[in-house]
Amino acid sequence: MAVNRRRFFQLTGATALGVASSQVLPAASEERSPGPARPADKPLVGQRWAMAIDVGKCREEEDCRDCIAACDKAHNVPHFDNKKDEVKWIWKEPFEEALQNQSSQFQAERLRHAHVLVFCNHCDNPPCTKVCPTQATWKRDDGVVMMDWHRCIGCRYCVAGCPYGSRSFNWRDPRPHIDELNPEFPTRTRGVVEKCNFCEERLARGEQPACVVACKEKALIFGDLEDPESEIRKVLRERPSVRRKVALGTQPQIFYLL
Amino acid sequence: MHDAGKIIPGLAFFLVLATAPIWYNVASGHGAVVPEIEKPEGQTQCVADAAFMRREHMQLLLEWRDEVVRDRARVYVTADGRRYDKSLTRTCLGCHQSKANSCDRCHNYLDVQPYCWECHVDPRGGL
Repeated sequence: MAVNRRRFFQLTGATALGVASSQVLPAASEERSPGPARPADKPLVGQRWAMAIDVGKCREEEDCRDCIAACDKAHNVPHFDNKKDEVKWIWKEPFEEALQNQSSQFQAERLRHAHVLVFCNHCDNPPCTKVCPTQATWKRDDGVVMMDWHRCIGCRYCVAGCPYGSRSFNWRDPRPHIDELNPEFPTRTRGVVEKCNFCEERLARGEQPACVVACKEKALIFGDLEDPESEIRKVLRERPSVRRKVALGTQPQIFYLL
Repeated sequence: MHDAGKIIPGLAFFLVLATAPIWYNVASGHGAVVPEIEKPEGQTQCVADAAFMRREHMQLLLEWRDEVVRDRARVYVTADGRRYDKSLTRTCLGCHQSKANSCDRCHNYLDVQPYCWECHVDPRGGL
């Protein structure tokens, strides 16, 4: 189709008007919908995610709950008054409970009285995923032991399978027991198991886990074990570390620096 | 037939009475009312055309769900190359501001109860 001079000027004018109005109109309309969120461009990618916890640093402030509060807020973790209904993602255990095989009456005082952060160990050989009858939990290729709450039927085999007590069951509707609802993350329903997800939703946005970011003492170090230059590999090279219940063969990937 | 004079008008009366709600709706124009979802201000395009979304949005959401949770494939690329975050709350409700006037209006009309919102949270308040 030939474009004559007159038609060319018409089109140019129309285009200029269109561009100008598209700049002006959005500001004019107050009720304009903000539109869809942009997809995250730079996720954190790793081959074997793991965490190291500096027990000494964490111990300094016994009452500090920054990481726990950050996790609970990020993931809509409910708080029940009755301990039987408790739902936990990350919490503190006395040293002799968390690291029994490192505990003795002669253990250094600073450790014996320490409270140790515990959560899902994201095992390399996770027993919980093997007993799940619906494949609602599985180990991802980057090491995160993931849950699909859509598929969980609440049989609690995984709760029994986990030797660390890292999985909680929702005996009651958790929604009324969430202190501050975070719309960015779903809640769970009654009859579903939940646990730490290594902040996979944050990794997808290129952010470190919420607990790691929240810790003022920098006691939590998150990183890729397959990357020899990562901070976690550096700290594991330099300092002695222990893991929970290694004799069970679950290959936990949370390292405690003593 | 004995008493035809009573039975036939009686039957006719019964039929009119039984179908009265239908005639009422036809007469008042309510019968043909179909819920219309609120269109987002200032947004012209959805992730797919309206006919597809009307018919298949539930299937699309199920696919998004599985791909995000199980395969970590979080970016949806439309046929014409636009990129979206596969997210009910951030993408769908990013444009459709009101859950009540978008999701619920049709679902209530059709009396379907999808369980999305038993866990997912309406970003603009309300459980």
